[in-house]
Amino acid sequence: MANTGGAERIVIVGASLAGLRAAEALRQHGFSGTLTIIGEEDAPPYDRPPLSKQVLTGWIPAGHAELARLGPLDGVRWQLGTPAAGLDRDAKEVVLADGSRVPYDKVLIATGVRNRPWPQADEAALDGVCGVRTQADAARLAGLLDAGPRRVVVIGAGFTGSEIASACRHRGIDVTVVERGEAPLAAALGGVVGDIAARLHRDNGVDLRCDVTVTGLHGSGGRLAGAALSDGSEVPAEVAVIALGAVRNTEWLAGSGLAAGPLGVSADAGCRAIDVGGLVTDDVFVAGDVARFAHALFGYQYLALEHWENAVVGARVAAHNMICPTARRRPHACVPTFWSVQFDVNIKSAGVPALAEEIIMTHGSPEDASFAAAYGDADGRIVAAVTFNHGRYLDYYRRLIEQAAPLPDPVGEGLPGKPEPARFPHPAGSYHGPSVIVTGHSPTEMTAVAVPAGRSAR
Amino acid sequence: MRVVVDLAVCQGYAQCAFLAPDAFRLSGPEGLMYDPGPDDEARDRIQRAAAACPVQAISVELPEAAAAAAGDSHG
Repeated sequence: MANTGGAERIVIVGASLAGLRAAEALRQHGFSGTLTIIGEEDAPPYDRPPLSKQVLTGWIPAGHAELARLGPLDGVRWQLGTPAAGLDRDAKEVVLADGSRVPYDKVLIATGVRNRPWPQADEAALDGVCGVRTQADAARLAGLLDAGPRRVVVIGAGFTGSEIASACRHRGIDVTVVERGEAPLAAALGGVVGDIAARLHRDNGVDLRCDVTVTGLHGSGGRLAGAALSDGSEVPAEVAVIALGAVRNTEWLAGSGLAAGPLGVSADAGCRAIDVGGLVTDDVFVAGDVARFAHALFGYQYLALEHWENAVVGARVAAHNMICPTARRRPHACVPTFWSVQFDVNIKSAGVPALAEEIIMTHGSPEDASFAAAYGDADGRIVAAVTFNHGRYLDYYRRLIEQAAPLPDPVGEGLPGKPEPARFPHPAGSYHGPSVIVTGHSPTEMTAVAVPAGRSAR
Repeated sequence: MRVVVDLAVCQGYAQCAFLAPDAFRLSGPEGLMYDPGPDDEARDRIQRAAAACPVQAISVELPEAAAAAAGDSHG
């Protein structure tokens, strides 16, 4: 008999990377029942990382980002173009926005995140104001860049904002980056690495303004004309890109009884959703950016990871656990990994930088934005590593992180040899957020502020 | 055709950029940029690039999967 774990009908809500890989894994594991994928957008699953890089530089059209299918998808029912609007756990049905209902025996929540919108709706509606999340967003911004604007202003210097600025410079377009925090990437990687990222921006001709906010976008005849900054300056610009990080798509789960909110949908280490009472469900699973899951390697703290790898691995673990015998379930416990390419620098990280107190440069030359560095927690153990054009070293650090090894000594010549404070800002102080969000030990914690370890805001 | 590279696995060896430069390029010394939707006529070069990757980070969609995708039931 086919492997079903007692399920005849599985519904996947979310037709992106996690949803697609989960569907492939279910069929690969022998699930032969009814498999339905629900997606808000009309487009088949596409990959997002190229959208802020090779699509914006003008090399490839956004339509090329459709995801390769890596496994069998026999008889999958695609319900694209209508978002899910509710989860009726009593009836075991997903409710769609058009009122139709899709019954399930097991359901996977993979609804991901959306861009945090610019708070002033009238300003956001100006021609020339956009973000990058969807394929359509990227096609639109690429078109705006093709028109050769005199200046682009990017609001928020997280990974996406920095990649957008890099694409502008690649095209020779003048760009101003405005960041509320002290440096680009500081929320994700700390102020020490943020300072190196700031140099990278400036060395590549970016007009980088930190510790400043955008107080308004103004237009003329419905078109963007410029941005007003909190230091009183004005930046004339024909294009503004909003890169303020992400909001988790959990609103549709209101009333479902699940522990779902601004931090994501809580799940145990095996991707099973947790309800508002802290109880683990057995028929609702969660994967991808929207999941907040207990991580075995980090003291079972709940982590939310906006990482490509997390979507792929989490989806495969969830799919496995949906249909396997109870005793064969596996944890989603790999070391978080992340990558970005900007200004010809390949940035990779492993582990959870936000858990760190200290950073030590271990290889290469920070001055040349070519180095490896390790992050240590308050107990002197390695919890994360980052590499700039030193990607081949990362695996070594990943293994140290798995072993909770002591913070290593530098190997390279001419490095300071001592750890220094990693300087993570309070999360509310940046336009961009950390890409690994540490959300505490409580399965039902749902407050909006993510608190880094050791720096309690409460 | 469709291609996907696991960039967490990619180590920037750049064998792909030599074998199929129309679909794989480096940004700087090790940052891989690639075309996830190259022309079908490039399939042989891309298959060679995928086979040559020292860390096997490149996955190529099989033609059967693409054909099945076209025939997926919608609605």
